[in-house]
Amino acid sequence: MSLDLLIQNAMLVFLFVLCLIAIELKDLLYSVIVLAGASITLAVVFFMLQAPDIAITQAAVGAGVTTVLFVIAISRTRRKE
Amino acid sequence: MAGMTVIVRTIARLLFPFTFLFGAYIVLHGHLTPGGGFPGGVIIAASVVMLLLAYGIERAQKRMGLLQAEVLESIGGVAIVVLGLFGLLLGAFFLQNVFPLGDLGQLFSAGNLPLLYLGVGIKVTAGIILIFYAMLFAFREEKE
Repeated sequence: MSLDLLIQNAMLVFLFVLCLIAIELKDLLYSVIVLAGASITLAVVFFMLQAPDIAITQAAVGAGVTTVLFVIAISRTRRKE
Repeated sequence: MAGMTVIVRTIARLLFPFTFLFGAYIVLHGHLTPGGGFPGGVIIAASVVMLLLAYGIERAQKRMGLLQAEVLESIGGVAIVVLGLFGLLLGAFFLQNVFPLGDLGQLFSAGNLPLLYLGVGIKVTAGIILIFYAMLFAFREEKE
């Protein structure tokens, strides 16, 4: 297995773990932050698969806009699950 | 939104022009480098939304008001349709290129693609900012 493929698979496992943590956390604000980290990891995976277009879009939408959207939604409702 | 601590405010104020400039670069170089109208528009919108999160809705509306965003979104949509009709009137198909192509790799090249990306960028920027305003105003009306 080449080094590129190894890093890519490690990134995918890391993404899976981050998603599991985001589901299991009881504090929704922490959950949103972990979800932003998962989005950045997915963007890196897209970049390694040679799709820089999708990587830029994923980083901007996933880590930027949806995070703020979730934070506004949490500020209007309850923070704990 | 009530606003955040002084650290978040300072960082948001200092970072706003650079984020805006990066988004404008992504939009204007959409036909040369990775990116284009949608990612660039989202980055520009994120710079305004960052101010909204840090300072509250009044400061963000000073940068881009509700009416301003609505008008800009309509301008973007009209620009896309007019560019498409240009091709229909002068060439053969909707959105067909009718402008001179220029040299490969130059900023002013690729016919109507930069203009199209500019229209898409303006529409996406105004649209995403409108989504946030609509969300905040909907909650405000509910509370009264």
